[in-house]
Amino acid sequence: MDKFLDRLNIYASRLVLQKEYLMPGHRACQGCAEVLALRLVAKVLGRNNIIASATGCMEIVSSPLPLTSWNVPWIHVAFENAAAVASGIEAGLKALMRKGGLPQQKINVMAMAGDGGTSDIGLQALSGAMERGHDFVYVCFDNEAYMNTGIQRSSSTPFGASTTTSPAGKVVPGQTTWKKNMPEIAAAHNIPYVATACPSYPFDLMEKVKKAADIEGPAYIHILSVCPTGWRLPPQLAIHAGRLAVETGIFPLYEVERGKYRLSVDLPELRPVEEYLKIQGRFRHLTPEMIDKIQQRVLEEYEKLKKKVEMTNEG
Amino acid sequence: MAKPENEITWKDIKVGFVVDEPGSASVYRTGDWRSQRPVYERERCIRCGTCYVYCPDMAIKILKDGYIEHDLYYCKGCGICAEECPTGAIIIVDEEE
Repeated sequence: MDKFLDRLNIYASRLVLQKEYLMPGHRACQGCAEVLALRLVAKVLGRNNIIASATGCMEIVSSPLPLTSWNVPWIHVAFENAAAVASGIEAGLKALMRKGGLPQQKINVMAMAGDGGTSDIGLQALSGAMERGHDFVYVCFDNEAYMNTGIQRSSSTPFGASTTTSPAGKVVPGQTTWKKNMPEIAAAHNIPYVATACPSYPFDLMEKVKKAADIEGPAYIHILSVCPTGWRLPPQLAIHAGRLAVETGIFPLYEVERGKYRLSVDLPELRPVEEYLKIQGRFRHLTPEMIDKIQQRVLEEYEKLKKKVEMTNEG
Repeated sequence: MAKPENEITWKDIKVGFVVDEPGSASVYRTGDWRSQRPVYERERCIRCGTCYVYCPDMAIKILKDGYIEHDLYYCKGCGICAEECPTGAIIIVDEEE
């Protein structure tokens, strides 16, 4: 058996580059899938990479002041302007290379923010940067609330989730609004590349980041990152929960390349959303009627997405 | 970094909070947070590297022969490697004092 496996020694996990650009010793919680996503993204973008990071979990855990976890140039900027700073870096590099201050080379520029820094506070800067067409990669780490400051709701929090500012009680059952569809907003800017990813599918994620970096022009990647602390989930289930989010259709993995939609994980049959909701403490209070409501909505959205895939791939 | 973290004062911090030493946070022992510890059974390992890809703390090293080693200096004991291992070669046990 062992000899046989030796000959078949081609596991994809072992082909991953061993060099780390985000060093260990960061202060993320146990089982944080967000820092896992960040690690994989940094791995793909490599040494020639400049990062502008908005405030958020990933900024806090990777840069406790006298120390830093980063092996690449990294700048912390305010919540609002991660995309604006990244576009400035990109324009500056372009000018330097044109005037001969820097040899011509490919330097990736990446902006990163959480869901609050993307869909609430940083939306206008992101929209502006995408409209101007800067060549950069914007990565949104969506953990569905402001986890860094203590689990406050954001516009990315899903319906029914209990957070500290949308607590579940007798009258109001948690968050009353639906999750903002941020990848669609990015796709509406007609930028060359938009994708959703999840660290539970690491090779899919890395492929998408590679594609986003290679494409000329702005690229947006929305990464669902499970937060065991904020989602009231045992830390070892972080990867499992991300997988369930995809398999139930709550967070479908797709990419939009020059207007063409493509599903990355095309499921013949979706799992019931209850499987995803029941393992999380933030959905513990949901009644069967509310779960039905969520199930209906998820199926509707998934149908809509499938229609878009069909429509854009015709002819 | 020349000084340990707790001896650094404001005088040692550069203007504009520039940190010019890359990856210096790796001196910090996150392994101190651990209440559970991974135990690795070499015989059951098929050397697939799944645990290496999924570890959020970069605490798993792939050795030259393909087997892995946990770096307990950084391991926070989240248990993801034990949960995701396809053969059950890693189990998680309570940290005994």
